[in-house]
Amino acid sequence: MVYNIYICGIGGQGIIKTSIVIGETAIHKDMNVVMSEIHGMSQRGGVVSTELKIGEDQSPIIQEGGADLILSFEPVEALRALHKSNKDSIIVTNISPVLPSTINQQDVDYPDVENIIEELKGKVSTVYAIDANKIALDAGHPLSMNMAMLGAATAISTFPLEKDDVISIMKDNLPPKSIEINLKAFEEGYNSCL
Amino acid sequence: MNINELLSPMKGEKRFMLGNEAAVRGVLEAGVSLAATYPGTPSSEIGDILFKIAKDANVYFEFSANEKVAIEVAASAASTGLRTFSFMKHVGVNVAADSFMSSAYIGVEGSMLVLVADDPSTFSSQNEQDTRHFARQANIPLFEPSNPQEIKDFIHYAYNISDKYNIPVIIRTTTRVSHMRGIVETGEYTKNTTNYGEYKDNGLHVPVPEAARVMHKNLVEKIADIREESNNSPLNKIIDNGAKVGIIASGGAYNYVADVVRQNNIKVNILKIGFSHPYPEELVRKFLTENEEVLVVEEVDPINEIETLAIAGKYNINTHIHGKRDGTLPEIFEYTPDIIFDALQKLSSFEDSRKVPNELSEIPLPSRPATLCSGCPHRASYYAAREAINSLNLDVESIHPSDIGCYTLGIAPPYKMANYLMSMGASVGTSCGFSKSTEEQPIISFIGDSTFFHAGIPPLINAVHNKTKFTLVILDNRITAMTGGQTNPGIPIDGMGDEAPEISIEALVKAIGIEFVRKINPLNVDEMIDIYKEALNYEGVSVIIAKYPCNLINKQAIRERNYQIVVDDDKCVHCNICVNKLACPSINIIDGKITIDQVCNKCGVCTEVCPTNAIYKKE
Repeated sequence: MVYNIYICGIGGQGIIKTSIVIGETAIHKDMNVVMSEIHGMSQRGGVVSTELKIGEDQSPIIQEGGADLILSFEPVEALRALHKSNKDSIIVTNISPVLPSTINQQDVDYPDVENIIEELKGKVSTVYAIDANKIALDAGHPLSMNMAMLGAATAISTFPLEKDDVISIMKDNLPPKSIEINLKAFEEGYNSCL
Repeated sequence: MNINELLSPMKGEKRFMLGNEAAVRGVLEAGVSLAATYPGTPSSEIGDILFKIAKDANVYFEFSANEKVAIEVAASAASTGLRTFSFMKHVGVNVAADSFMSSAYIGVEGSMLVLVADDPSTFSSQNEQDTRHFARQANIPLFEPSNPQEIKDFIHYAYNISDKYNIPVIIRTTTRVSHMRGIVETGEYTKNTTNYGEYKDNGLHVPVPEAARVMHKNLVEKIADIREESNNSPLNKIIDNGAKVGIIASGGAYNYVADVVRQNNIKVNILKIGFSHPYPEELVRKFLTENEEVLVVEEVDPINEIETLAIAGKYNINTHIHGKRDGTLPEIFEYTPDIIFDALQKLSSFEDSRKVPNELSEIPLPSRPATLCSGCPHRASYYAAREAINSLNLDVESIHPSDIGCYTLGIAPPYKMANYLMSMGASVGTSCGFSKSTEEQPIISFIGDSTFFHAGIPPLINAVHNKTKFTLVILDNRITAMTGGQTNPGIPIDGMGDEAPEISIEALVKAIGIEFVRKINPLNVDEMIDIYKEALNYEGVSVIIAKYPCNLINKQAIRERNYQIVVDDDKCVHCNICVNKLACPSINIIDGKITIDQVCNKCGVCTEVCPTNAIYKKE
């Protein structure tokens, strides 16, 4: 069995770090894991995505339609990732938009977030739409948004890793001075998807 | 993984490593003494890590001025008996090629490994060139790892070949292998203790024609011997499943084959090639005779495929060989599991049990093109250049040769300040050509500080000596920014993190003989526009050094800006110059009002371009 996770969003949202925590937790539990990251232009407002496969696979790329879970840190990016999903996929998406820096020069407006969520619901079995930015702010720092998303993913019933294991790897990977805030965000994210 | 763990003596530890991290661990375990590079994605992280740990590892590390110098440093150091390492992106090999070719003729007394990261699908490059051609051209052995563990393990193996045959060797990765994370089990590591070797003249280090003939003969003989190594290497292995269809696969492409075959229970034999130059002729011959159909899977060019076809031709083997040449696989871009699935379905019938992908949404999605950062000094340089050019009211197009760096993003509207680009340093050389081949069209070209040191100086000498006329803007943002922020000769820090002499761009260009040299902080937009106008009227080569640090290294100064950028809605006349001409990502129109976002670095350029002072600095 292979569990495929596609994680997407914008540069600076902590996507790579989140993916590494998932990967290291899998290793800690003696599971095989491979991951691909694309971040060449991320620092300059571009899209960032990672693909994680937990199980027997050797290649780090998920087949079209092959994602069991899409974890989107930004609502439009969830729509952009739909080609990796199938009707049985689960999507967890943050509902806080990040406007493209060039939005004023584009012919396209940023879509209405409620429409985005409706669209996603029409495509896959389950959609969890959470306000991860708010969870992070309430936890004490906007940058803990990624851990709110990780908490949400961990609460999904099919997610192959246990909450306690993820938390223990978070403690190894995150700076001690912000761990309290990150754990709080993780916990609230987790609760939002129960 | 904490990068300091790369120095852990622990053997048998399992870590989740990026391919580039595994490369660092690999060379450290192999006992490397010296490493040199010029940064290039997808190999950049190797340099970033070595910059941080070289001292603790007792390894000499430098960011060389360019890839050619890096190869020269690594090769000459290896001639003293040391074990050396160089690494670069694929196009770096073009720059290094002159010396790299000779390094194979001259050979090494110690050992020398060069890791080259190719970029299929051009995620961050100007082309898809395949380094495996170069290995053949230069007679240099080449290895193709498929994952981080193999990167580390192949490095050991490759160094042993280099040692045994006194020849440089290449590890060829691709973006998906260098930027893949996987489980890596560490080997034994002890800190390097050898910093110095001894140069001995063996009479065969100078390829004058007479010696070069001897060297080439020796090299060809070495390659023949190494071909035997390749035939018998554990890196090239047949997985025999008693099938009639076989697959020859290498590098990252092998991973897709392995997965598709396993997931769909496809009965095929596999020849995994890890040591691909010299190509293992006997092994491939055996594989061809054992299979009726063979598919060759590789990225990007059909190199192993053509080698395989040649072997079939040489030995009159009738096996059908499929790949790129017969259209079974695409000739461009990186592969995916789906591409390999489709190719295998053509050769072997099996059920399609894949999940059906969802159709993309019909909601039109805004794109997210990479843009210059909020507060990037290049934006000010481009805005001012566009204003100066527009003020000329030309009825011809202006020409803007550009170069390799963040500033290539100046291609985008509204600046459109990049309309001819070839390679590192080419902004200057191509300006010379445009100067000689056009009459009325103004030429303003752009090059970054690191790129100027890399390949911009010889063409600038050419420009002066050959009496050309153009304006070169050296965008000196005090860092090699595009690849993540490495040092360069203009920065007073070297690859070891020590203080180092800072090379003055201004003194350099003046020494070349350029009389029109202006150094300016480009955030002073009005002054910048005036300088452009003056330069455009100058008969000869004019150089503008636009000097201001990249945000990446300017965080302290940004923090100390004790004001906010705010908009006075009453004064705003909705001319939208800030949005449409400056196009800073921090300025948006929300509900009809100009709005400054939270990412704003307060560079203040918008306050200068706003004609009614509606945007201002509020203390």
